[in-house]
Amino acid sequence: MSIAEETRTQTQQGVATSTYPKSNYLTSEHTVASWLLTTDHKRIGILYMISITFFFFIGGSAATLMRLELMTPRGDLLRSDLYNRMFTLHGIVMVFFFLVPAIPAVLGNFFLPMMIGARDLAFPRINLLSWYIYIAGGLFALAAILWGGVDTGWTFYTPYSSMYSNTNVLLAATGVFIAGFSSILTGLNFIVTVHKMRAPGMTWFRMPLFVWAMYATSIIMILGTPVLAITLFLLALERVMRVGIFDPALGGDPILFQHLFWFYSHPAVYIMIIPGFGVVNEIVPCFSRRKIFGYRFMAVAMMAIAILGFLVWGHHMFVSGQSMYAGIVFSIISFLIGVPTAIKVFNWVTTLYKGSVSADTPMLYALGFIGLFLIGGLTGLMLSTLAVDVHVHDTYFVVAHFHYIMVGGQVMAYLGGIHFWWPKITGRMYPEIWGKLSALLVFVGFNLTFFPQFVLGYLGMPRRYHEYPAEFQVFNVLSSAGASILAVGYVLPLVYLLLSLKYGKIAGPNPWGATGLEWQTPSPPTTHNFEETPIVTEDPYEYEIQEGPSV
Amino acid sequence: MSNAVVQEEPALLSHFDDLQQQDDSTKLGMWTFLATEVMFFGGMFLAYILFRWKYHAGFAEGSLELIWQAGFINTGVLLCSSLSMALAVDFAKLGKLRPLLINLVITMILGSIFLGVKAVEYSIDYRDHLIPGLDFAPHKLVEKLDAAELGHVKLFFVLYFAMTGLHALHMVIGIAAIGILAFMIYRNKFADGTTVESLGLYWHFVDLVWVFLFPLLYLIDLNHNT
Repeated sequence: MSIAEETRTQTQQGVATSTYPKSNYLTSEHTVASWLLTTDHKRIGILYMISITFFFFIGGSAATLMRLELMTPRGDLLRSDLYNRMFTLHGIVMVFFFLVPAIPAVLGNFFLPMMIGARDLAFPRINLLSWYIYIAGGLFALAAILWGGVDTGWTFYTPYSSMYSNTNVLLAATGVFIAGFSSILTGLNFIVTVHKMRAPGMTWFRMPLFVWAMYATSIIMILGTPVLAITLFLLALERVMRVGIFDPALGGDPILFQHLFWFYSHPAVYIMIIPGFGVVNEIVPCFSRRKIFGYRFMAVAMMAIAILGFLVWGHHMFVSGQSMYAGIVFSIISFLIGVPTAIKVFNWVTTLYKGSVSADTPMLYALGFIGLFLIGGLTGLMLSTLAVDVHVHDTYFVVAHFHYIMVGGQVMAYLGGIHFWWPKITGRMYPEIWGKLSALLVFVGFNLTFFPQFVLGYLGMPRRYHEYPAEFQVFNVLSSAGASILAVGYVLPLVYLLLSLKYGKIAGPNPWGATGLEWQTPSPPTTHNFEETPIVTEDPYEYEIQEGPSV
Repeated sequence: MSNAVVQEEPALLSHFDDLQQQDDSTKLGMWTFLATEVMFFGGMFLAYILFRWKYHAGFAEGSLELIWQAGFINTGVLLCSSLSMALAVDFAKLGKLRPLLINLVITMILGSIFLGVKAVEYSIDYRDHLIPGLDFAPHKLVEKLDAAELGHVKLFFVLYFAMTGLHALHMVIGIAAIGILAFMIYRNKFADGTTVESLGLYWHFVDLVWVFLFPLLYLIDLNHNT
């Protein structure tokens, strides 16, 4: 029997009143303006959820076209320049408009205030502003796509983006530039909220680890993102003024671009994975019915990753002509990141050990996350080894590693989080059997898509080519077949989650029997979250193994 | 107490527990924002330092084209505005409306003088054909330097306009914000200490950026004989 069924049975035996509150944040007002001008962090979270889902499927369609093209060694579906535009579109949309905002702006917005017992974020209007800025950036990026696309790759590397580009680089860069300010504002809001808005008794080391994850992410957002902004600004200056900043033909320095770009973009990959840690930190103890192992280590590990993440950008440039000694230092610091990361994986597994593990949908996603993230992390260590990196640099090995972290990690965690908190967000349950099926499809489809790419990369297939030697075809066909399974796994939740809004069973305040202040509110929560400011008297994750009927 | 200025309580937003929490949040928000700003300008300073090291001769030529006297006056003006802003913060804490408003207005006037001097400088640069993208053909340098070196001078001016322009933009935003704040204080008869202090932090930060810009752009090559 799953936890949800068990808890529901217990509720039905008790006072069987309707547990769907008449007045909640969804029903308090109904006009369109009440959504578009809302300052309620929960409604803004919903706005973000709708927007990033839209961008996810745009980025996904580009990936679909690419996988179709790669079914055959010859370029028959897409011309080379169209293929370039597709992988650029896929990268820009997925990184800047889906992965970066995904967990912080949706789940973080919704749950960070509730988890620390606050009525809202510190600056609700700035929160709304961040969504509008995000949308404005997104419109620029969409305009660049519709106008004919960009073919620089998501990294905007010079001289692709300067000398050799006649596409809409400026437009797309403007979109990314603008969207950056949205994540700066989110980060600023989170930092102030965590510092100043905690309920009485909610000490730093009583905060749920999801809040720690949001805090660590926010630090990267406010310190890294402005550097990307200034880099894109300089790129725009170069293109408008025709003066050499990054373009070697005009006397500029392309390595400077790479330094500045990765100074943001390496920390940014931690913006795209630490929130995933946060979600898994919540799910694993809940469905193991155990206190999380090594709480303080988990919190400190995330902070360590956030800070060390600023010191490793050079490992993207081992073959770019940076000094060998710089390369050695960057390699060593990159290995150091493996330590806090390994602590996290170790602690998740130890939490499971002797726990009362139940395989509800969120837990399936979380378990998938741990496995896939482990593979992604270990291959990351291979890539931070100088000599190995020279061999596999710019091959599908890197593509596979990156996707194991970003898709196997962050997207799995995001979906796990959505399934975990869906009853709280909407007050409804989704059909468990469909949830499990989609989790399974995503896991199988993902591995089939990306594991062959490790092999391809090791055999030497470079990334970003639309043609390849015939001997690589079998791995590419496997990968494309996996992608189609993955696509089904992504579309399914969209369908059954939307249907659950109308047909789902009433969830009740705490269907999983989870700890955490957000579960002490009705589902969906009222506009001000708490009737009275809660007073916290115990540590997080005080789960006790329940003696239930054995199955 | 009939003569005392009526001090309205500022509105407590509904998601805060008390005014202390609200004020602390506002100030921490400003500090966090300034951390972002440091990184924002930092990338630009890095680019400037790298290219000055690579193309020293061209950058020295460019730097000598600037009117360091104007920069000197502007530095003085800005430092004075920092004083008046600091006084405004103090008077806001004491709840003295009149001197608070006077100091805010002085800060705005000094800020505007800075922008005025900057505008004169920019117009002289335009007259001398020193604006890349618009009209870059300084006669004196064209005769003296080869094409590559001229490119370096041009790069200097791109960075000069980008850095001082970004700084000027921050000044404009600061002056406008102080204007709105002063108007609110005048109308509501309430010295909003937290907002004045937060805006003060911003103003001092913008000053501080100039304190770095002035020597790096104007003074650094004054003893470089050409």
